Amino acid sequence: MINWLSDLIFWIFFGAILFTLRGQRIFWTVGALALLLLFNQFFTPGFFHIQLLDGHFYGSRIDVLNQGAKVMLLSLGMVLVIATGGVDLSVGAVMAISAAVSSRLLVTEHQPAGIAIAAALAICVLAGAWNGLLVAGFGIQPIIATLVLMVAGRGVAQLITEGQIINFLDPTMVYLGNGHLFALPFTLTLVLVMLVLTLFLIRRTALGLFIESVGDNYEASRYSGVNALQVKFLVYTFSGLCAGLAGLVACSNIKSADANNIGLYLELDAILAVVVGGTSLQGGRFYLVGAVVGALFIQTLTTTLYARNVSSDVSPVPKALVIIAVCLFQSDVFRARTSRLFRPLTRILKPLSSRLPGKLFTTPRHDAPEP
Amino acid sequence: MATPLLEVTALSKGFPGVKALDAVDLTVQAGEIHALMGENGAGKSTLIKVLTGVFPRDAGETRLEGKIIAPKSPREAEALGISTVYQEVNLVPHLSVAENICLGRQPTWFGAIRWGAIARRARAALARLDLSLELKRQLSSYSIAIQQMVAIARALDISAKLLILDEPTSSLDKSEVEELFKKLRKLREGGLGIIFITHFLEQVYDISDLITVLRNGRRVGCFATRELPRIKLVSHMIGKDVREVEALERKRASAATIRSDQPMLEAKGLGRKGFIHPLDLEIRPGEVLGLAGLLGSGRTETARLLFGVDRPDQGTILMNGRTVKFNSPRAAIRYRIALTPEDRKVAGIIPNLTVRENVVLALQASRGTWRRLTVSDQEKLADRFIKSLDIKTPNREQMLRNLSGGNQQKVLLARWLATEPKLFILDEPTRGIDVGAKAEIEKLIQSLRQEGLAVLFISSELEEIVRQSQRVVILRDRRKVGELTEAEISEEAIMQSIATAEMERPAA
Repeated sequence: MINWLSDLIFWIFFGAILFTLRGQRIFWTVGALALLLLFNQFFTPGFFHIQLLDGHFYGSRIDVLNQGAKVMLLSLGMVLVIATGGVDLSVGAVMAISAAVSSRLLVTEHQPAGIAIAAALAICVLAGAWNGLLVAGFGIQPIIATLVLMVAGRGVAQLITEGQIINFLDPTMVYLGNGHLFALPFTLTLVLVMLVLTLFLIRRTALGLFIESVGDNYEASRYSGVNALQVKFLVYTFSGLCAGLAGLVACSNIKSADANNIGLYLELDAILAVVVGGTSLQGGRFYLVGAVVGALFIQTLTTTLYARNVSSDVSPVPKALVIIAVCLFQSDVFRARTSRLFRPLTRILKPLSSRLPGKLFTTPRHDAPEP
Repeated sequence: MATPLLEVTALSKGFPGVKALDAVDLTVQAGEIHALMGENGAGKSTLIKVLTGVFPRDAGETRLEGKIIAPKSPREAEALGISTVYQEVNLVPHLSVAENICLGRQPTWFGAIRWGAIARRARAALARLDLSLELKRQLSSYSIAIQQMVAIARALDISAKLLILDEPTSSLDKSEVEELFKKLRKLREGGLGIIFITHFLEQVYDISDLITVLRNGRRVGCFATRELPRIKLVSHMIGKDVREVEALERKRASAATIRSDQPMLEAKGLGRKGFIHPLDLEIRPGEVLGLAGLLGSGRTETARLLFGVDRPDQGTILMNGRTVKFNSPRAAIRYRIALTPEDRKVAGIIPNLTVRENVVLALQASRGTWRRLTVSDQEKLADRFIKSLDIKTPNREQMLRNLSGGNQQKVLLARWLATEPKLFILDEPTRGIDVGAKAEIEKLIQSLRQEGLAVLFISSELEEIVRQSQRVVILRDRRKVGELTEAEISEEAIMQSIATAEMERPAA
């Protein structure tokens, strides 16, 4: 009974969000998440089950939020990097460095948790700055520049841990990835704080405008007096900070620093989250909240597959199929080409809003383009 | 009368909120050069794009040699015999000449490319234009003019009946244009129908047989070129009566200025190796300094040095008597210098950002990251300039790439006017934009000058330079070759100066 009611409230809430987003780019990402959840509501028993134990909530949806925190954190930095027309392949390796530095200081050097965390974050900011220096300072293509640290970063992490897997039990460090705040996992608070901070940085200062203009037309931005190099340097540095935080969460989750496996392939998930969130890899316009929702979508997909007992060996296949579908549906070209197929759907959606169908099924064009 | 080569009747095409073409007729005979004239946004490009199947039509029909056609893609149009050469050269610079001519329709043999056949076809296509180029040379090693010819050769390669040229001359200099026209005349004799779009009036009179004028998506009329006086053509295009246009054309910058003798910017021996020879320049507040010269004479290079895009390796720049060094545009902007670049697409517009964001960009950049303009301030600023410069856009949140060339240029002007510059460098501000917008921009330049701004005006149209400037500096071969003031300024004097410099050169 309680569950039935809470599910209903959840869906009314979700539907309201979706309705307010109609006609916006992020509509597709949130809509995809809604479809996935709807599938689980009916076909995955127990997915929507939530229970309160020892004052903490437990359930699959909570798991999604908790497990998705790492990619959500990464995607915050990644979306800004991608908006400038670049990409940061090194975030997974930087996560490993962050884990290695913090646990070494904690266990081998017997430093307090606060110092370990601060030092790890500082080192990761430096790692991001290194990427920024290569890209902005020396004009190396982002994919190559960040590949350097992607490959070398894990080696650095190994050096720091001296090839060992360091286990720790420090309560502060363990709390980061396993603790609860307001009956919800602490990681959720961490993500929200970072999201608000980033939103503030982007929308309350001119940084967002500069990032988008640099990504859309670098040369013209330079001519307009935008400090394009500084903008690029900043986004890579920020991405380093986000990766550092994600690394702390990752090692706290397993209470140990394993330089070989922490953050492995997560850079790809982060890039995917950004793309699913509606940001083009070409740079320019970006969707910060979209990227976070994209990360949530990917995690929901992963958790769904676990919950349905799909073996982790084959789970990448259904994952890939769903993601292809989402990306296709975001493509204006694809929607225009298949508009006939979806006409019945248009008829249903049309009464929703007059703005919606135009954006949904035609390529938006308001003015005859003249050269 | 024989069946016309192309007969378009009552063609209509709308975009959301705009009727781009409204029942337009167009008839082109074989062996005729037909000019399509109109301001930006008049519907010329849309007409071409509908004809070549880029856009689907809403109504109307097209007949090619009497048969109804409805191409769905440029490829299909090409197969029917309608070939198009667009404004920007749409070729692949790193491929060879022959590859470019045959690209996309390379003759193959079980999937393998037949290089021999490619060479033969490319040679035949070039022969039609009397061009002898090295087939294997990389295209980018040839000049833009030659590349343009290659684009035409490519269009002719498929047995074309109708050739559409969309602003083919906008990046060519005078002699290159003449060369192109010679070839077009030869093609006309061969029975090809040619539709020619340009903003240059002289060229229309030079080459075309008939002129069809479009305005706001409607056909104003079709006229024999010889029987249509220039002034009348302009009045048809902008929809104002002849007397108004005459007044516009005759108006020349008045000499009365609030001029101070103290130069605002002074360049002494400013130069950069392999880029521009050292030169001296002086720009005073309240004057327009024209920078004249042929394409590639070093005009843009001078502007880039003054704006800090490139660093000079010799000489100095003085602002109000104090030596300054510009390492980047940012540094120049700090001294209230503004520049609209020659190549709008590359260095000017931010295509996927809105009109508002494009307008505020330079001002925001000079304020820095932390002192952000509030959205309402941004909106006010954008609205002010949309109104004062008469920028035609549905609203301020429109993406800039959806605006026409002339309106994009106005947005760029607005971007800099918002920073309240003291020195405004305008590099070809009127290139590729229509007569109406051109007149407005010229008017704007004069009013800025009267407000005490210093303007450096760069243009390859001598007429414009003569009309606008109080002083003219003439460049040739990346060297300053002369300077004219006030009464001395005339097209003849400028041309003389360029020509004389050429004569003197061997001695130097």
